[in-house]
Amino acid sequence: MKRHFRVWRGDASGGDLRDFDVEVNEGEVVLDIIHRLQATQAPDLACRWNCKAGKCGSCSMEINGKPRLGCMTRMSTFTDDETITVTPIRTFPVIRDLVTDVSFNYEKARETPAFAPPPGVAPGEYRMQQVDVERSQEFRKCIECFLCQNTCHVIRDHDENKPAFSGPRYFIRAAELDMHPLDDRSDRKEYAQASQGLGYCNITKCCTEVCPEHIKITDNAIIPMKERVVDRRYDPIVWLGRKIFRRDQLESADGAVPTVNPPMSSARLPEGPPVGPDGHMEIAELSAPTQGGLSPFGEDLSFPLPPEYVSYHHPERPSEA
Amino acid sequence: MTTTATKPGGGGRLRAAITARTLRTDRWWLAPLVTFIGLGAWVTYATVRVFMHQWFFVEEYLYLTPFYSPCLTDLCGPAAEFGTPLPSFLLIPEAAFTLPFLLLFRLTCYYYRKAYYRAFWLSPPACAVPDGHKTYSGETRFPLIFQNAHRYAFYAAVIISVINTWDAIHAQTTGLGLGNVILWINVLMLWAYTASCHSCRHIIGGRMKHFSRHPVRYRLWTFVSALNTRHMQLAWITLGTLALTDFYIMGLAAGWFTDLRIIG
Repeated sequence: MKRHFRVWRGDASGGDLRDFDVEVNEGEVVLDIIHRLQATQAPDLACRWNCKAGKCGSCSMEINGKPRLGCMTRMSTFTDDETITVTPIRTFPVIRDLVTDVSFNYEKARETPAFAPPPGVAPGEYRMQQVDVERSQEFRKCIECFLCQNTCHVIRDHDENKPAFSGPRYFIRAAELDMHPLDDRSDRKEYAQASQGLGYCNITKCCTEVCPEHIKITDNAIIPMKERVVDRRYDPIVWLGRKIFRRDQLESADGAVPTVNPPMSSARLPEGPPVGPDGHMEIAELSAPTQGGLSPFGEDLSFPLPPEYVSYHHPERPSEA
Repeated sequence: MTTTATKPGGGGRLRAAITARTLRTDRWWLAPLVTFIGLGAWVTYATVRVFMHQWFFVEEYLYLTPFYSPCLTDLCGPAAEFGTPLPSFLLIPEAAFTLPFLLLFRLTCYYYRKAYYRAFWLSPPACAVPDGHKTYSGETRFPLIFQNAHRYAFYAAVIISVINTWDAIHAQTTGLGLGNVILWINVLMLWAYTASCHSCRHIIGGRMKHFSRHPVRYRLWTFVSALNTRHMQLAWITLGTLALTDFYIMGLAAGWFTDLRIIG
């Protein structure tokens, strides 16, 4: 049975929606149809995909205007005569067809402070109770499809907010680490407020609506983080309690709050993949200098990374960090 | 001829040229429209009632509408439980000390924020539908930075819920009628809404890093979290019970119908 599709084709210099009539069989998903288009009518249609099981987060696209994973959108959810429009995710620069440049997210990931190991506990000796780490574990389900980043109107409709706003994916990262029982940093709330742009969020919950992993981004991460910021910055009762009971001095006397925090991120900036003399990448990986997916951090990485590229700071040997 | 792909992060930093503002084909405008009509109607009703200055108390059964509780002006008569420090004046509501805090509690509520940012401010009207405004600074500066005051409004709302509970107990001394049942359902729902607040969830246990060291607070937190998932439903239910309670008492006080008595 044939169904009508409209697929956006083009690159940064322009493009438009093209019409296709494609065969659709029972049990198929939108990504299957994109693959059939590649096999039959549009062999050079670009599309990122990997696992076809909703676990790799590669095939993010907008299907009938809704940010979805291509592999998790069943064709049976559409009526027989419905036209299905497939476009690339809107918030990020387009590379080609359905493939976008999501390096914004990698930049924000690098700016987010990493896990700070607890002092006096060697790696391998970390012990924690399930109830303590449970909340953080919800956020580990994230597959980094960036649909939440794409749908968030703060950057989707206002590109100028990108430098100041990290987006829902990095708010759950901040919440994950702030709620982590062994994380040693104490300035994550201040960081979320001052450097991640938590205040830009107006909790309209679109990130939660589109999350394919059903993470309760707004209720379990963003709002708790906002409340933690209120604890620190806006709550006069907390402030008064600290003054009366001298908790601020107690905390620093315990050594529980480190006075100097390590820097937020490493100095290395994201790099693009290698390009030919014309400034463009090779069209097929067979002729490219490296095979497989190109790393957003560049193809010339060798391991172990030089120390200045790593944002990990050993608690007892800060000089080596 | 095939073209080669543009290098990411390189020359082309442009988004895909899609002319349609949204490609959504479902009825995305329905939810914000229903919210707009629902909230608009309720606010109109409440404003009219608050400035009506009559039909708020049934002396026979001691029913006091939540919109006039605690009654603090000279107009209150036998409804005044906490004295009458305020003069009766057209622009002063009978519950002038509590209504501003209740308004603040609902205005800064994390659910209502979603509702009115979408339905009234169109920022955004629905997911993947463009924002109705050219610039956006969220809740980072005046006046919206005061949304962070939700917690104080929550503390005030707890006190006001205690007063509403007192009203229900006070009315109970006259026997039992349909009005009592309505008052109790309203109070119960108000408590459920207040307890399911995100700020309450944070204060009760969400702010802790180690649940295992505070087992009692952890139990309370799980209970509040379960309520919290229904915060939206409770927000709408309490609007309904408030309006219904008020209307029933208005009807009784105006003599449009009589209370259905079970005892007394």
